[in-house]
Amino acid sequence: MSRHPGLNLAHADEKAHAEAEPLLFGFWVFLMSDLVLFALLFATYATMMGVTAGGPGPKQLFELGPAAIETAALLCSSLAYGMATLVMKYERGRVWLLFWLGAALLLGLVFLCFEIDDFVGMFAKGGGIGRSGQLSAFFALVGTHGLHVTFGCLWIVVMMIQVLVFGAERRDNKTERERLLADRVQTRILRLGLFWHFLDIVWIGIFSVVYLQGLTA
Amino acid sequence: MNEKHDFASDLRTYLVGFALAALLSAVPFAAVALHRPRAQVLWLLIGCGLVQLLVHFRCFLHIDLSEQKRDDLQLILFSVMIVVLMVGGTLWIMGNAHRHMM
Amino acid sequence: MTLNDWLFGRLTVQAALPFYSAIATAAASIVVVGALAVVVLLTKFRLWRPLWSEWLTSLDHKRIGIMYVVLALVMLSRAVVEAVMMRAQQAVSYDSPGYLPADHFAQLFTTHGTIMIFFMAMPFLTGIINYAMPLQIGARDVSFPLLNSVSLGLTAAGAALMMISLCIGRFSTGGWSGYPPFTELAFSPDVGPDYWIWAVTLSSIGSTLTGINFAVTIYKERAPGMHLFRMPLFCWTALCTSILMIFAMPPLTVATALLALDRYAGAHFFTNGGGGDVMNYINLFWLFGHPEVYILILPAFGVYSEVFSTFSAKALYGYRSLVYATMAIAVLSFTVWLHHFFTMGQGANVNAVFGIATMLIGIPTGVKIYDWLLTMFRGRIRFAVPLLFALGFILMFAIGGMTGIILANPGIDYQVHNTVFLVAHFHNVLIPGLLFGMLAAVQYWFPKAFGFRLNEKWGRTVFVLWTAGFLFAFMPLYALGLLGLPRRTVEYFQGAYRPWTLIAAFGALLLLLGLFAVGAWLFVSVRQRDDNRVPAGDPWNGRTLEWSMSAPPPEYNFAVRPRVTGRDQFMRDKLGGMAYLRPDEYEDIEIPLGSAVGPLLGIAGILCGFGLTWHIWWMAAGGLLLSIGTVIARSFVRETTRIVPAGEVRLQHEAWLGRLAMERPASRDQEIAPSNRGLALADGS
Repeated sequence: MSRHPGLNLAHADEKAHAEAEPLLFGFWVFLMSDLVLFALLFATYATMMGVTAGGPGPKQLFELGPAAIETAALLCSSLAYGMATLVMKYERGRVWLLFWLGAALLLGLVFLCFEIDDFVGMFAKGGGIGRSGQLSAFFALVGTHGLHVTFGCLWIVVMMIQVLVFGAERRDNKTERERLLADRVQTRILRLGLFWHFLDIVWIGIFSVVYLQGLTA
Repeated sequence: MNEKHDFASDLRTYLVGFALAALLSAVPFAAVALHRPRAQVLWLLIGCGLVQLLVHFRCFLHIDLSEQKRDDLQLILFSVMIVVLMVGGTLWIMGNAHRHMM
Repeated sequence: MTLNDWLFGRLTVQAALPFYSAIATAAASIVVVGALAVVVLLTKFRLWRPLWSEWLTSLDHKRIGIMYVVLALVMLSRAVVEAVMMRAQQAVSYDSPGYLPADHFAQLFTTHGTIMIFFMAMPFLTGIINYAMPLQIGARDVSFPLLNSVSLGLTAAGAALMMISLCIGRFSTGGWSGYPPFTELAFSPDVGPDYWIWAVTLSSIGSTLTGINFAVTIYKERAPGMHLFRMPLFCWTALCTSILMIFAMPPLTVATALLALDRYAGAHFFTNGGGGDVMNYINLFWLFGHPEVYILILPAFGVYSEVFSTFSAKALYGYRSLVYATMAIAVLSFTVWLHHFFTMGQGANVNAVFGIATMLIGIPTGVKIYDWLLTMFRGRIRFAVPLLFALGFILMFAIGGMTGIILANPGIDYQVHNTVFLVAHFHNVLIPGLLFGMLAAVQYWFPKAFGFRLNEKWGRTVFVLWTAGFLFAFMPLYALGLLGLPRRTVEYFQGAYRPWTLIAAFGALLLLLGLFAVGAWLFVSVRQRDDNRVPAGDPWNGRTLEWSMSAPPPEYNFAVRPRVTGRDQFMRDKLGGMAYLRPDEYEDIEIPLGSAVGPLLGIAGILCGFGLTWHIWWMAAGGLLLSIGTVIARSFVRETTRIVPAGEVRLQHEAWLGRLAMERPASRDQEIAPSNRGLALADGS
C-alpha cells in the first residue's frame, strides 16, 4: 500500500518511497512547530481581546462580506490544489497540473488582495497596528497567516516553473535521472500541498475566533 | 489495480471534503449575518470549527486511523496536547492574573 | 530622508564606536585583532580554500558537529571572561562604583547570559548530538544534511551579530530574558535590544530546524534492527531534546517577534500604554524558557549514561526506567513554566499547581541518579576524565536539584526571588548538568573524531579547576542570596556581603584558569597526538556502534550498514567474535555533495539582522532577498549527491581491517597508555 496517498504505487518504486518518507514526515514536524507558533498568536489575541484602549473595536473595523469572500477563496484554492495533486498522482498531463496549480495560485492571490484591502480599510478607520493591544494582536495573528499565504504563492510559482523544467511524470520511458528529478518535484508539490491545506486550517481558527466571534452581537 | 476507480474515489474524497467544509463555514457566517444571539453563535462556532478541522485533516490532509498514518497521527495528537497545555495554561494564568490585578 | 539616513540608518560614528569606556574599547580591539589574526593566518597558510570546500560547505554531519563545538568553545571563552569581569566588579564595588560603569556592567550580564544559553550551550549540545547520534543509530548521515548546514549557518550568524555588537554600537542592558517594558523603545531607545532580538531569533530558528532534523533522523534513519528500545540512551535524550526544540522554540520566536513589532511598528503588546501587557511577554518567554532548561540538560544526561556504562564496563542499569524518566521529564517540562514568575501577581492556587508540578520533576530525575549509581555498583570502574566529570556532576547536581525543590515552593520563592540565590541555583544545575557533560563528551568522543586521545592529565586539571572554581564562585551566592543581595547588582553598601563576594571572585578566577586549562588541554593533546593515536577506533572498549569503525570514521560512516540484534550491539559483536568481520559484499554509497547554501543563508542572516538593528532597510531587504533567492536557486540544482563506488569502499574498509590485524589489543588498565591503539581486549567485564 502506498504510504502517502499523493504518491502512486503503480509507478513509484521502493527507493522513491524510502526517500519521500523522511521528507514528508519532516515537513509534518515542521508544520506542527508552526502550529505552536499560530496557537500562541491565537492565545495572545485571546488575552488581548477587548483591550481597545479607547480605539475602534471589532464591530467598527471588521466586515463580514470580505471575510466570507476570503474564506471562500482559500477553501476553493485548497480544492484546486487537491485537484492538482490528483492530476499529478494519476498523470493526467502537465497542462492540467499547471492549470490546477495556477487556479490555486490565483485564488490565493484573490485572498491576499481582499485581505490587504481589508487592512487598508482598517487603517483608514483609525484601526492600525499601533492603536491598541487588541489591534496589535490582530495584525500579528492575521498578518502572520497572510505572510504564510504570500510565501505559499511564491512557492506555487516556483513549483510551476519546476514542473515545466523537470516535469512531474514518472513514465516508463524516462531515464533514471529524469525520473529522480520528477520524483523530487512530486514530493515538493506534496509538501507544498500540506502547507497549503494547513494554512486553510489555520484560517478556520481565524475566521471563527477573530472575525465571527468579534462580529456577534 | 483499477486506476479509474481509484481516481474516482480520490476525487470523491476531495469533493465531499469541500462540500462539508463549505457548509460548515457557511453556517456560522449565516448565523452572524442573521444576528443570532451571541451564546448560540459561540457554540456554533466551536462546534462547526472543530468538525471542519477534522474534515480538513481527513479529506485534504489524508490523515486517518490506518497503520500507514500512525506516525503522522501520533505526531499531530502530541502536538495538540502541547498546544492545549500552552494555550490553556496561558489563558488560565493570564486570566487569573488579570482578575487579581484589576 | 537624506541619502545618509538611507544608506546608514541609525548608524553614525558616534553611536557606533565603542569608546564609551576604556574596557569596552579594549574588548572591541581584542575582537578586531583576533579576527584579523585569523584572516592573516588563514591567508598565510593558504587555508581559505580547504576551509571553504572541506568545512564550511560540507554537509557531513561529523564536520558540522565539530564546527558547532568550535563555535561553542569560542563563545564560551568570551562569556567566561565576562563572568569574571562581573564577579571582579562585585568584589570591589562595596561602597564604591568599582571599575565598570553601570551601563557596561548591564551589557555584560546580558551578553553573558545570552551567549551562554544560545551561543555556547545550544551549539555545544547540537554539535555533540550531530557528531555522535547518527553513528550510534547506524545511519550514514542525518535525514536532511543541507538543513543541518543551514541551521549551523543561522546559529553562527546570530553569534556573529553578538560579536559585531561588541565593536559597533552597544548591546542590550535588559538581561538575557529581555523583559519589557525596559526593553521597549521608551526605555531602551538605542540599538541594544534590537541586537538581542535578532541574534536570539536567528539562533532560535536554527535550533527549531535542528530539532526537526534530529527527530526525523532518529525516527527514520535507524539501522535495520535498531528498535527504539535498542538505541543507546544518548539517542533517547537526543530525541527528547529535539522534540523539546521543535515545540519550545516557537514561543521564543513569538515573544521576540512581538517585541520587535513593538519596537519597529509601534505595536502595543508589552508597552505600558495603549493596552500593552508585559505579563504576556513573561508568559511567552518562559513557555520557551523552561523546556529550554531540559533541552540543555537532557543531552548531558545521555552523555553521562554512556560514560557510566563504558567506564564501569557494565550495561546501563535500568535502561527502560531511564528512558521513561527522560520522556517524563520532557513532557513535564511543558507544565512548569510558571515557576519562573511566581511573583507576577496570579493567585495562590495557580502558584500551588505549578509548584507541585515542578517538584514532580524531581522524581524522574532521582530515578536517573539511582540508575547511574547502580550502573557503577560492582562495575569495573576506571576513573578516566569523562567519569570524573560524571561523578562531579552527580554530587553537585544533587545540590542544585535540591535548591530547585526549595525554589519550587512559592512561599520561599517570594523571599529569594530575584536574588543571587537564584543565580546560584541555575548555575549549580547548568554547570554540572550541561558544561561538565559536554566536556566529558569531548574527552569521550574526541579520539573517535580525530584519531587520537586527549591528554589525560590536562583533562583532570580542567576537571579540578572547573569543579573548585564552580564551588568557590557559586556556593557563596547561596549565602548572599539569603542575605538579600539582588541579582545584577553593580554596587552595594552592605558590609555583610563583602566576604562572600570576595570568595566568589576567587572562584571566578579559578574558572578563568579552567578556561585556560581547556585551551592547554587541546593544545598539548594536539602536540602529542602521535603518542596517543587510536587508528583502530575503540579506545574505551566501547559498547555502541560508533566504536565499530575507524577513527576518524570514513565520510559515509559505515562501510556496510550494521544489523542490530540488541542493545550495546558492538559489545555483543566483540564478545561473540563477530566484530570487525569482512563483509561478503559492498554497495555503492550515495553521499551529499557540499553546498554553499548554509554559509550563504548565514550571511543573509547577518545582513538581515544588522540591517534591521540599525534601520538600514536596503541591507535588511537585501539579506531577505538573498536568502529567498538562495533557496530557490538551490531547488533547481540537479546534482546534489555523489556516489562512492563499492570498490572504493571495499579498498578503504579492507585497508583499515588490515591495519587492525596488526594492532595489539589493549586491556582496560592500559587505557591511557600509548599502547592503547584503539583495539580493546574483549573480556566482557
